[in-house]
Amino acid sequence: MPPRNCALCANARAMLKRPKTGQQICRGCFFYVFETEVHNTITEAKLFKPGDKVAIGASGGKDSTVLAHVMKTLNERYQYGLDLFLLSIDEGITGYRDDSLETVKRNQQQYDIPLKILSYDELYGWTMDAIVSQVGKKNNCTFCGVFRRQALDRGAATLGVDHIVTGHNADDIAETVLMNIMRGDIARLGRCTLICTQGEDTIKRSKPFKYAYEKEIVMYAYFKKLDYFSTECIYSPDAYRGHARVFLKDLEAARPSAIIDIIHSGEAFEVREEVKATQKVQQTCQRCGYMSSNELCKACTLLEGLERGMANSAITDRARKKLDAEGPAPDNLRTIPFYRAPSAAGPNASIAVEAPS
Amino acid sequence: MSTLLLSLKIEFSGGLELLFSNQRSHRVQIPSIVPIDNSTSPSAAVPASDISMDLPTSPQSTDTGKTKAADITYLMYYLRDHLLKERVELFMEGGTVRPGILVLINDTDWELEGEGEYILKDRDEVVFISTLHGG
Repeated sequence: MPPRNCALCANARAMLKRPKTGQQICRGCFFYVFETEVHNTITEAKLFKPGDKVAIGASGGKDSTVLAHVMKTLNERYQYGLDLFLLSIDEGITGYRDDSLETVKRNQQQYDIPLKILSYDELYGWTMDAIVSQVGKKNNCTFCGVFRRQALDRGAATLGVDHIVTGHNADDIAETVLMNIMRGDIARLGRCTLICTQGEDTIKRSKPFKYAYEKEIVMYAYFKKLDYFSTECIYSPDAYRGHARVFLKDLEAARPSAIIDIIHSGEAFEVREEVKATQKVQQTCQRCGYMSSNELCKACTLLEGLERGMANSAITDRARKKLDAEGPAPDNLRTIPFYRAPSAAGPNASIAVEAPS
Repeated sequence: MSTLLLSLKIEFSGGLELLFSNQRSHRVQIPSIVPIDNSTSPSAAVPASDISMDLPTSPQSTDTGKTKAADITYLMYYLRDHLLKERVELFMEGGTVRPGILVLINDTDWELEGEGEYILKDRDEVVFISTLHGG
């Protein structure tokens, strides 16, 4: 096949085929269009305002490493006026997270962005290694997911930031759309394509890479020689997501626009009000102050189960009944430090959960 | 054919190196003419000292004796048969790389180079990057 010139500048040799458009473009134009599309996503959704303090959820993996690089680049190029931070959660998984955190520490130096690491151990008194030794490998992802979400908010509150950005990319979102359809979770289907979500007591969260293909993120990291860490979590990955992912990759191989098309379908669904209403009213956890749809938030429920040696009590109804039968939680139970939301309790506190109209 | 052995630089990243003895960079030599059915029996990849001009028609070739110029598809089979240490299904599927693995030939997306049909040249650099590992 003879070398072709870039479809955009017509000068340099094309180095990659864009999955979204099929265009063949050169390295320089690729950097420019990739960064500009993220910039357009950010400005069209009005994600930031000057002076915002923004934490980049950083795992050391490809997506968050590229996100940190692109956020820093765009903040300088377009003068967003953002104060950027790196926020990492140490789940306490030996041989997995400790290595990836080394990458984040290097990123801190390379990008000159301050880094905060918050560990499950300091927040909950349990590492994932300790949790897995108690609950086994079957349900541990439930603990990790719930604990990470809350840890990110708490880390962000410590930093006093207004906003957390995460590296979720177009492939991740298309995968989530498929999973919500396959599970019949229509309420989540309605929300999962939102670029920005904001809970009453939580910090804003958004996904600037919502329309960025994984292929382009990886190519960007490769061409820019970015330093990232890639390995699978040593504890069982989310099997259901794994199936959705393989299915999506097969679709993409046959028709690359499938990913953006699925996101588009997800965005175009109109979820009936009655379906949306099945979401419980949000309240504040009585034990730790974090937002919750029950008296106790999910993290406190999971932690109580761990502490009382009945880790499954927050996972199965039967185990929950058994825990309840043993009486109320003892007074000396380890709890999560009380959560104080930074500024969300201010004038705009009445924003509906995950529904920025 | 003036070159009978092609020296190639192979790189695995994005987690794919874990399947290849956790080593990112490899150098391999493969014949420039290979069996059309991609069989990579050791006889097909003869050491340099044994090379002779009649390699393509050597009796160790496949039954049919049909050959082709070494391409990326052959290289994938070669890597699978000679370098891959575990979980073959994570590298190849249906005669090509598993969906979600990016391939670059001399730093260019293989989709611009004819994918598996690209004819390898001496000193080519081929990079395989998995996009499937955690972000």
